[in-house]
Amino acid sequence: MKRHLLEAADLDRDDATLVLDTAAQIDQALAGREVKKLPTLRGRTVVNLFYEDSTRTRISFELAAKRLSADVINFSAKGSSVSKGESLKDTALTLEAMGADAVVVRHSSSGAPHRLANWVRGSVVNAGDGTHEHPTQALLDAYTIRQRLGRVEGVRVAIVGDVLHSRVARSNVGLLHTLGAEVTLVAPPTLLPVGVGSWPAEVSYDLDAVLPKVDVVMMLRVQAERMNASFFPSAREYSRRYGLDARRMGALPDDAIVMHPGPMNRGMEIAAEVADSARSTIVEQVANGVSTRMAVLYLLLGGAPQ
Amino acid sequence: MTSYLIKGARPLGGDPVDIHITDGRISAIGNSLDATGAEVVEAAGLIALPGLVDLHTHLREPGREDAETVETGSRAAALGGFTAVHAMANTDPVADTAGVVEQVWRLGQEAGLVDVVPVGAVTVGLKGERLAELGAMADSAARVRVFSDDGHCVADPALMRRALEYVKAFDGVVAQHAEEPRLTVGAQMHEGDRSAKLGLTGWPAAAEEAIIARDVLLAEHVGARLHVCHVSTAGSVEILRWAKSRGVQVTAEVTPHHLLLTDACAESYDPVFKVNPPLRTDADVEALRAGLADGTIDAVGTDHAPHAVEDKESEWAQARPGMLGLEQALAVVIETMVEPGRLDWAGVADRMSVRPAAIGRLDGLGIRSQGRPIAPGEPANLVLVDPAARATVDPAALASRSRNSPYAGRELPGRIVATFLRGTATVLDGKATR
Repeated sequence: MKRHLLEAADLDRDDATLVLDTAAQIDQALAGREVKKLPTLRGRTVVNLFYEDSTRTRISFELAAKRLSADVINFSAKGSSVSKGESLKDTALTLEAMGADAVVVRHSSSGAPHRLANWVRGSVVNAGDGTHEHPTQALLDAYTIRQRLGRVEGVRVAIVGDVLHSRVARSNVGLLHTLGAEVTLVAPPTLLPVGVGSWPAEVSYDLDAVLPKVDVVMMLRVQAERMNASFFPSAREYSRRYGLDARRMGALPDDAIVMHPGPMNRGMEIAAEVADSARSTIVEQVANGVSTRMAVLYLLLGGAPQ
Repeated sequence: MTSYLIKGARPLGGDPVDIHITDGRISAIGNSLDATGAEVVEAAGLIALPGLVDLHTHLREPGREDAETVETGSRAAALGGFTAVHAMANTDPVADTAGVVEQVWRLGQEAGLVDVVPVGAVTVGLKGERLAELGAMADSAARVRVFSDDGHCVADPALMRRALEYVKAFDGVVAQHAEEPRLTVGAQMHEGDRSAKLGLTGWPAAAEEAIIARDVLLAEHVGARLHVCHVSTAGSVEILRWAKSRGVQVTAEVTPHHLLLTDACAESYDPVFKVNPPLRTDADVEALRAGLADGTIDAVGTDHAPHAVEDKESEWAQARPGMLGLEQALAVVIETMVEPGRLDWAGVADRMSVRPAAIGRLDGLGIRSQGRPIAPGEPANLVLVDPAARATVDPAALASRSRNSPYAGRELPGRIVATFLRGTATVLDGKATR
């Protein structure tokens, strides 16, 4: 494994498989135990550096670090570092001086974790940067797919929605490709980046044509404010063309699953009856997020001297 | 005033000759000149070029003297072989009045290292709403001829038309920063494969090309001169070529960094590579080199843009756009144009001195005369270059007050050995004389 986890491309197939296998071992080790805690990272310090509000991701990382017995510090720097007055570099040097072994960073600017990695000695874990990547989300998604379908290789995955602004989509395209899955991106052309043709994925504008041919459909959150920038005419039209409702879910193969990274806009990209159906893995994804992040922290920090 | 005898230099790469400088002018050119009392400059193997002229420099004074001053920028310019630079108007306060342009002009005279020629803003406060007092700036002691809202596009087509028309009265030119603002909201880098991967908002080539296409049509319609700043795309070169073939009075510049670097640099997320317009693709770089070689692009303009450390040592999106250029401009042109055989030394003189001086109307015989031939009787604005030398760029060693050089650690050819501004040595033996 590399020292940092900044993007899906930091993981080759062996690394990614190791993370998923380690997460599975952790799940086994903790299954049925009353005290869900391992002593692995005792005495190590993990800093959650969050420049963006993201309660669910922060809690997931916090729980992961605590279950490994690490000391956890939550450093909430809401808004940009610049508007706060202290630069990212100064914050990095502060954390460095306090002896952080790992910095989990969430930031609204693409590439901020890359910058941070130049300034700290500890491991940097990207917990979502701008519209770039969110590699642990991709890992937990791959883990969930493997858990439900028994494999990732050869699995056909549709990623549907605002690909242009989605760090989840970028990380999933990269990691799923590494693991041998076949990805199709489905979105209105306005929500696909210029240059998407260079990605290892198929592209379609037609959700109905894609659904019968996939094992996994992953719905992305669509922010209503995109409507004001003319990415699509109205929420209703978006929902009609690209939303996953019960009728569309019926077009999926029998054992296909429905995923969503959350938070969901029920009624927009996903209908309530789909989100709450047996195909939905949304709650499992949350649980798997903790084990996968435990695996990442364990593998990045476990081997280093105390 | 010191008199100089430059021995054995090759003017525009021609045969070695001696050049005698007295009283600010070239007094004689020939072999084995007798110049008793003159200070001898050994120039065997060196190329002599007319002093370089930059149409596009940000000197940051007044307002951001922590990033650059007229004096430090002038020194960087002299060390880069320049004898004149056009100081862009986006200072604080903006150079949109006779008072500010005269202040910049006077600071340049006091520094005395290059002719600092102020550019006047096209619109008040660079806001793109109404014309600044262009005539007052033209009539001022700074005698402004180039007007630009650089950093901002004059996006309103009616206002651009009026500006093009109005400056005809004093033979001025509008230098357009071609960027359709609605197509570049939040833009961070060239829009293409790499922006898609990096998750940085794209700056489409069409946003530049659409404005250039519009403006050449406007310039043709009203019979005015138009200059296009920092052309960065292959499509822009095509539009310019078409416009010139129709006889439109349009000129254009390209920056050294757009001749050398591509959007691959952004993969580091190091904002030293963030610039506006952004670094483009290999195909664009190739088209720009071809355009400069065939004269579609008239000039190299540095867009020297100093920034304080804190404005660059940050997240990409928070960093200011721009990079240093004055001290490495000629080196980059040698690397990208001369060594590959696409431009000879006469061509370098044309694109970096003669044509930019003509665009800025500095090519007359007045005291600001620049871009003139290397001939007896002409003002002694000269640069001596060692084309065989190579050096690795060390930002800490630059004369600029800022350190945001995209060439840090890169080995480039050519060394500026000496620069003369009207007979005064501003650089000797590669070092600034003051």
